[in-house]
Amino acid sequence: MKAVAVECIGIGLAYGVNQVLQDITLAIEPGEFFALLGPSGSGKSTLLRLIAGFNRHNRGRLLVDGRDITGVPPHARNIGMVFQSYALWPHMSVFDNVAFGLVERRVSRAEVKRRVGEALALVELADYAQRRPNQLSGGQQQRVALARTIVIEPQVLLLDEPLSNLDKKLREQMRVELKRLQRKLGITTIFVTHDQEEAMTTADRMAVLDAGVLQQVGTPRALFDVPVNRFVAEFVGSTNLIPGRADPVRNVFVADGLGELPLAAGGSGSALSIRPHALTITTTRDGRRIWFDGAIRESEFLGEFTRYEVQVGPLLLTADSPHLSSSPIYTPGARVQVGIDPAEMRLLD
Amino acid sequence: MAGTFDAAAATAGPASRWRQGFGSWRSYLVLGAIAAFLLALLLIPIGTVFVVAFRDGDGSFTLGHFGTFFTTGLMRESFGNSLYVATTSVLVASLIAVPLAYITVRFQFRGALLIQTLGVLPLIMPPFVGAVAMQLVFGRSGSMNLLLEDHFGFSIPIMQGLTGVIFVESLHYFPFILMNLIVALRAIDGAMEEAALNLGARGWRLFARIVFPLAMPGYLAGAALVFIKVFDDLGTPLVLGQTNLLAPQAYLRITQVGLEDPLGYVISVIMIAFSILALWLSVRVMKGKDYSTLQKGGAGIARRRLQPAEALIAYAVIVLVLLVVLSPHLGLLVLSFTRIWSYSVLPETWTLANYATVFEDSSGMITNTLLYCGLAAGIDVVIGTAIAYLILRTRIPGRQWLDFAASAAIAVPGIVLAIGYLRMFQGVEIGGVPVTQTWLLIMLAYSVRRLPYALRSCMAALQQINVNLEEAAEMLGASKWRAVRRIVIPLMAGGILAGFVSSFITAAVELSATILLVVKESQAPMSYGIYLYMQSVSGRGAGAALGVLLVLTVAIGTYLSHILVDRANRNLEWKR
Repeated sequence: MKAVAVECIGIGLAYGVNQVLQDITLAIEPGEFFALLGPSGSGKSTLLRLIAGFNRHNRGRLLVDGRDITGVPPHARNIGMVFQSYALWPHMSVFDNVAFGLVERRVSRAEVKRRVGEALALVELADYAQRRPNQLSGGQQQRVALARTIVIEPQVLLLDEPLSNLDKKLREQMRVELKRLQRKLGITTIFVTHDQEEAMTTADRMAVLDAGVLQQVGTPRALFDVPVNRFVAEFVGSTNLIPGRADPVRNVFVADGLGELPLAAGGSGSALSIRPHALTITTTRDGRRIWFDGAIRESEFLGEFTRYEVQVGPLLLTADSPHLSSSPIYTPGARVQVGIDPAEMRLLD
Repeated sequence: MAGTFDAAAATAGPASRWRQGFGSWRSYLVLGAIAAFLLALLLIPIGTVFVVAFRDGDGSFTLGHFGTFFTTGLMRESFGNSLYVATTSVLVASLIAVPLAYITVRFQFRGALLIQTLGVLPLIMPPFVGAVAMQLVFGRSGSMNLLLEDHFGFSIPIMQGLTGVIFVESLHYFPFILMNLIVALRAIDGAMEEAALNLGARGWRLFARIVFPLAMPGYLAGAALVFIKVFDDLGTPLVLGQTNLLAPQAYLRITQVGLEDPLGYVISVIMIAFSILALWLSVRVMKGKDYSTLQKGGAGIARRRLQPAEALIAYAVIVLVLLVVLSPHLGLLVLSFTRIWSYSVLPETWTLANYATVFEDSSGMITNTLLYCGLAAGIDVVIGTAIAYLILRTRIPGRQWLDFAASAAIAVPGIVLAIGYLRMFQGVEIGGVPVTQTWLLIMLAYSVRRLPYALRSCMAALQQINVNLEEAAEMLGASKWRAVRRIVIPLMAGGILAGFVSSFITAAVELSATILLVVKESQAPMSYGIYLYMQSVSGRGAGAALGVLLVLTVAIGTYLSHILVDRANRNLEWKR
């Protein structure tokens, strides 16, 4: 089966004055596992439903395999979608649910039987064909929904918050399962999530959306290490934003109330992003970092690390300090040294 | 395998674009057809009634007919009587319903189920049928008064005059208040009551200040319905010989003075106005007051076990109400097995002859009822499903108006609709036969009047179906129409069937439109047949036998619809 590309070119969608999607341009490579990440109301589900054919954009073009599918009704797109609610039909057995798409395609009875069997075997539910959906657990229902979709061999697989209805343990298990299945089938897969951890662990590449606007597209690592703006920096992982002003001539960042911080590379911007784990909390300074005096306000012991709220001048910073059995744990009120690694500072607009 | 999706890809060109266009074109077609149906069979006939009521001999606008109405003593009296009967019936019905509802919700005892069942009992018997039986039980020379005279030397004239009408109507319609009130009381969050208890309110004050006000929307919805039903009822006053009420006056005007007499139309307009007023008031008072405060998984108001003394009182109340509620049913049953029953507590001779007479003479009526009501209910669920789909699943403009127009039928008295039909279809012929001489209008009147019931049922059924279920089918290659047929309709089936049954059984007991639209005895349905039989004392036995058959039909139907709704709900339970 040939994997296909999905391209959005300048896609816009508005209901009256309400802009739901604005000028989305995005190219998803053939066979890619791609995540759409954003908070609720960001337009990520709308974009997914638009690719499925349930919403129609006002502007721009939507290409699948190089062909514009704008205006093609959902049933003629050959795109598969797994719904957040799974949408299994309660009046049909598992077998009939999975067979549905094949019956609509007028596939012969013997062929239906064979392919449904294969699909159920793929999701390890071969023994459950005659059950009703409501006799299955949440994880099993999800796998039936998946089998029902992949049995028609869609060109593109869409997953709407596929793991959100599962408990934590099952979710991690299904995450691995989904990835394995996607590799095996090689279908171009787009999935929507609000959970950055889910997106980062599963996707080859991801796009971050906010308020209908595409913020950044890239590999999980690129988005985490080099966020292009404050929104991405705060939504993908967590971060400390230090307000101030970059001075490109002297190559320093003048932080409000903290003074000057030397920059590794030049650039401009009005905020500095530093991840909590890039801050060092200690009592003795060394020469590789920039140091400030700080006072611990809160400390949370989380096992692998200790999370501190530390007051540095006018700023309250979050710092994650790795924990070993020999490490000290500072209590609120303790005076500490806060070290910043210049290589871990990111300038943002 | 590759072939399958290449084929799909090939259709995904201009052809499918046309198909999508066709899809919305088809929704407009459905919308148009339903609009035409409602326009021709509801809005224009009612409009005609209004036009005649306000039109002078030369065609100009006039309020003169209304002037005549209010200066005619008989009309003024009928108007006052109708208001009095409807209002008093609501009060009496409330006096029966409120304690029963409260007992059901508050206390933990087996009688609760009894009350629920008891609540449905009156509804399965048309009020005018019950009226005859109640005269035999509670009338001046009925069983109760004969016993009272013999043993205590006095009688209770409860079936005399308008009091009789009020008695029959409130006993017949109190379940509307009971059912609505029980639902509303069940929806109250127990924390509401606990908060009041915590602040010191108890007993009667707790009920009067917190519990009942919270259930007010449910009570008002039921009360408005009772008011309308009583105000519009034609059969009961006719059977009890009380003609100085609006509905009987409209009937007499049209049948005795003629279709040209404007007063019949004036009465019709007044009846519609009061129906709308009652509905409007109940909606207005409730506006923005959705008091169903119960959270998912939360507990309702506290139930407690009855103290022995309380249990005695509760059971006494229930048994008393049950006896009175069941008396028309028992009376009818007794009457159907006897030749003569008068001036005796129970009849002296028993016979099966009445049933033989009914099956010999009136089997056509049974067939007619099945035919008209079956067709009408069929039309109702088809239109109901279509409107529900247009409203809940499309954004097609004008869809809300369909819902509004279809539901408006609930405010139209049967007699008014019938008058509208007679006037509008006057002189219209199909194949040389005047439409007003056929049974077509009877059937259509049933379907228009019972459409609101089927519509609610279909809406509720579709509302429970997650739209994703349908979209999933489309994703897998089913066209919109295929998705509706293979997924939506099967999942709605329980609700659709329940809608069919409720339309069917309520149409089967319809009399007020029937009585005007039946022109030949061969077209008469059972409800009309019962009315005819009941006109003469000698026919009462046979009328009762026919009534028993009707009640049985309706009872079985009601039971079926409960089972269907239950099963449908259970089927969909796990779906949000």
